[in-house]
Amino acid sequence: MAGLIKTKITPPRWLLAELTYACPLQCPYCSNPIDYSKYQTELDTEDWKRVLTQARKMGAVQLGFSGGEPLTRQDLTELVKHARDLGYYSNLITSGYGLTEEKIIQLKEAGLDHIQVSIQASSQELNDHIAGTASFEHKKQVAHLVKKHGYPMVLCVVIHRENIHQMPEILAMAEELGADYLELANTQYYGWAHANRDLLLPTQAQFEKAEAIAQAFKETVTGKMKIYYVVPDFYEDRPKACMNGWGTTFLTVAPDGVALPCHSARELPGLNCPNVKDFSIEEIWNESKAFNFFRGDDWMKEPCRSCDEKDKDFGGCHCQAYLLTGDMYNADPVCSKSPDHGVIQQAVDSAAKSALSANEKPLLFRNSKNSKLLS
Amino acid sequence: MTINPELPIQFSRTHRLQWEEVQQKNVILYPEGMVELNESSAEILKLCDGTRNIAQIISDLEKKFSTSGLTNDITAFLKVALQNGWINQN
Repeated sequence: MAGLIKTKITPPRWLLAELTYACPLQCPYCSNPIDYSKYQTELDTEDWKRVLTQARKMGAVQLGFSGGEPLTRQDLTELVKHARDLGYYSNLITSGYGLTEEKIIQLKEAGLDHIQVSIQASSQELNDHIAGTASFEHKKQVAHLVKKHGYPMVLCVVIHRENIHQMPEILAMAEELGADYLELANTQYYGWAHANRDLLLPTQAQFEKAEAIAQAFKETVTGKMKIYYVVPDFYEDRPKACMNGWGTTFLTVAPDGVALPCHSARELPGLNCPNVKDFSIEEIWNESKAFNFFRGDDWMKEPCRSCDEKDKDFGGCHCQAYLLTGDMYNADPVCSKSPDHGVIQQAVDSAAKSALSANEKPLLFRNSKNSKLLS
Repeated sequence: MTINPELPIQFSRTHRLQWEEVQQKNVILYPEGMVELNESSAEILKLCDGTRNIAQIISDLEKKFSTSGLTNDITAFLKVALQNGWINQN
């Protein structure tokens, strides 16, 4: 039974602080849970400070302020200051919406290390459509201001069928904006992206073309810009090593205080993820059932159990196994050794059919109304 | 990309070099990432403060550790550091 065998526990390195589910954007691939509107309460400033202090003491050093849109929290600057005093490297993961020059300066003085700005596409029309909000010009201004004030900048663009044809323009935009890092994040199909998969999943030919363009560009910007490429795992042969191994590196704390081994783990049944209001980070990390659930390999079924690659990918992603096969103990079906691997091809076929259909259903935007409808 | 022997070397302003108590290691922190350093790499990077060129860094370290013949190791490491953007000569 999972969790009974004591595996050597390594301390957390990464803390993702999801400060809020509130967001002015409505991206249809949002990684927040579909039913986020159910979780209305938010941790207060003192709760977050305690979480930051406890996780830092255990060894967490990379800190992501995320959401929703973290800028909607009035205490963001205070939390950034607390994080800096503790010695974290703080990353603000933002849509840029509502970020003013004054705020950029204030956050810098408080000790923020880095700002990641997301842009939805390389054209105003498509960006504003995907974001569900007129935001393109403002985002570009924000990117310039982030550089002006000496921050390293990651520009993040989530890639899917609606914008994958813009790859050359996206790369040119990143260069023009002076991005130090460009994250080309192929959509991962959880949460809202799972619900919109037929409309978002590109074909393999589209992926390969876009990847070749990005690869050629990468060589022209060596030394100036680094490219992080989040792989499209539906077209891979082996699953991703999800979260670098369950409960080994990453700790996510959701807006209401629920501690998660990965930001999608809320979707998994029976984990009973603990809340930071009830337990210390040390208790949660070391003792909780949720964080011990998939530690080690005692939980594995075949084909993972006897697989010589199990120490490399840890069976892949449990959320994906659950979403696509109904059983989170199964191998990630992305793996060609999985008996359920066929569901990946079905998803690809279904998306291709949808793309050719004359009356394709509209994108389901991420907002409270849709969340309530689907909860 | 090579080290200019004349110019001083400085640690990147967009990276942070920091001692981590829990890991008992120096680390380089940058957007969403971290590199753990061994002791000698950390000693080299600490001298990249914008006042020393490569010859001065080598000579200072050889003095500090009462040894000689560090030129090749230090040069090779600084080349990697430059390529990774941890140091620069601007």
